[in-house]
Amino acid sequence: MSGLDYDTVARFAQQGGTLYFGVMFVAGVVWALLPRHREAYRRLAQLPLEKDEADDV
Amino acid sequence: MPEVAITGTEAVTNSRGDVRNMPTQSRTAGAPGDVTWLFLSVGLLTLLALLGTGMTEDPAFRLQGAILLAAGVASLAALTIGIGNDRFRSDPSRYADGVIRAGVIATVFWGLVGMLVGVIAAAQLAWPNQLYFPEHGWTNFGRIRPLHTSGVIFAFLGNALIATSFWVVQRTCKARLFGGVLPWFVFWGYQLFIVLAAVGYLAGITQSREYAEPEWLTDLWLTVVWVAYLLVFLGTIWKRKEPHIYVANWFYLAFIVTIAILHIVNNLAIPVGLTEARSYSAFAGVQDALTQWWYGHNAVGFWLTTGFLGIMYYFVPKRAERPVYSYRLSIVHFWSLIFIYIWAGPHHLHYTALPQWAQTLGMTFSVMLWMPSWGGMINGLMTLSGAWDKLRTDPVIRMMVVAIAFYGMATFEGPLMSIRTVNALSHYTDWTVGHVHSGALGWNGLITFGAIYCLVPWLWKKPEMYSKAAIEWHFWIATTGIVLYITSMWVSGIMEGLMWREYTPDGFLANSFIETVSAKHIQNVIRVLGGLMFFSGTAIMAWNVWKTIRMAATDTKTVLSSTIEPQLLPAE
Repeated sequence: MSGLDYDTVARFAQQGGTLYFGVMFVAGVVWALLPRHREAYRRLAQLPLEKDEADDV
Repeated sequence: MPEVAITGTEAVTNSRGDVRNMPTQSRTAGAPGDVTWLFLSVGLLTLLALLGTGMTEDPAFRLQGAILLAAGVASLAALTIGIGNDRFRSDPSRYADGVIRAGVIATVFWGLVGMLVGVIAAAQLAWPNQLYFPEHGWTNFGRIRPLHTSGVIFAFLGNALIATSFWVVQRTCKARLFGGVLPWFVFWGYQLFIVLAAVGYLAGITQSREYAEPEWLTDLWLTVVWVAYLLVFLGTIWKRKEPHIYVANWFYLAFIVTIAILHIVNNLAIPVGLTEARSYSAFAGVQDALTQWWYGHNAVGFWLTTGFLGIMYYFVPKRAERPVYSYRLSIVHFWSLIFIYIWAGPHHLHYTALPQWAQTLGMTFSVMLWMPSWGGMINGLMTLSGAWDKLRTDPVIRMMVVAIAFYGMATFEGPLMSIRTVNALSHYTDWTVGHVHSGALGWNGLITFGAIYCLVPWLWKKPEMYSKAAIEWHFWIATTGIVLYITSMWVSGIMEGLMWREYTPDGFLANSFIETVSAKHIQNVIRVLGGLMFFSGTAIMAWNVWKTIRMAATDTKTVLSSTIEPQLLPAE
């Protein structure tokens, strides 16, 4: 296919990849920092502290 | 096919005296469905092993086929006895802890084996003339060395990861392990992989890819086991009773999924024949090198880092009786670590045929790793806020804190060594060996020991470990051993790096290679001493674990402790 040489594919992968992963990472961080998760985080942080050495589910 | 059918509910009393409504099962004779499938699958594999062993003309393949055949026959016998005695009926109201107990014992056992082989390999480097037996090829350093690296990374630490992940995912999801007999298949299948790989190394069956030495047959078997492991873990998360997934499970899941991808891609190969042990790699030249180090570095990132961060995020808060310092930071830690780590591999290929931009990419992402690594380290350490006094009274907490400190040090040193100009000095020298061991012994080793000291009393229903004094001894002997090891390798590595680049006024190399080897003798001897101390600490732990398992459940009198307890209250 004309125009789809190595340099084109490499440029797309490098620039598009950087943009894609950059946006995904920022979205992940923003999602993690959303205030509405605060209560869930507080509860989750207590999970290992529950007395869970028992055998029963 | 006989199977268990849920027919209704009835009130039952559990071991804590709680009454709950449980599904009742119509107990028909015979094995549960999953055991029957396992029996048939093992039977088929055993038949294939028999055919392969009989038809091959390759002695190396025959050796591996014989191991598979022996394992298959033993498994069929065990399954038959188990089905006959109705041993595979499980109580869905209880956690599946039997497989974790087996995992803890396997961790201790393989730890001893892997570290002992490491001491032998180190001694071969210190006294090469005395410990070279050309008539016994299997004793050569070239075969012993991968036995040591795989022994500690895959056998010791791999079993630790599987065992702790099974504990953590059940307790934080409040659900029994998924898959009936599948977790046991994962455990025994993984032990078979270890034996196949180890015997293969000694027999010279290797594809010469670092940390991925096993040949195609063993690789295929590990793939089957790993997919089963993923199914068990995902299935348990799927049926969880907690609305959210605790962060340690995210780290474990990243470890399982990424290792599956790395293992499959890096080991793509075409066997010489279906009854031949060896294969041709699907890659060649610089692509082969890049694939290998994409795998190799991410084996460090996703096996030795994310998996053990899963341990940190559960066992440190649990032992310190404090919630993790910042749960939000742990989420950012997770996402940033997995986004950045996967790109860092090319720093292993500085000054090679790899394009310069790819080398620079690997270096840049390695330096960026400082941030998430230290964020995680700070999060782990600060979990001790308000409980720092436990450092004086609890050697297990001290072990974990020192492990996290080593995590911080190793993840500072790694990015430093990835910088091209630093790498020009450090690469191929003992500095790299010291760096790896500060992470493997200091971070992975100590955090694993801490988890074992937590798990053993919980799993065997004992008030605490048999001897607290033995834990103290373990901590100090192991820590001193690590320091001796890494400092000797720093000196050795920087010295040999400088000797390699020393020129005469005429422009010739000033030192021959063997002169740089001779110059390292004292450092190599110190390394043997450091490794021997670390191994001795593990032997003390093995004794302590054995005594703890054997002591009576309620007999607290037998628990030995370091007699001096602090009299002052903590400053907090």
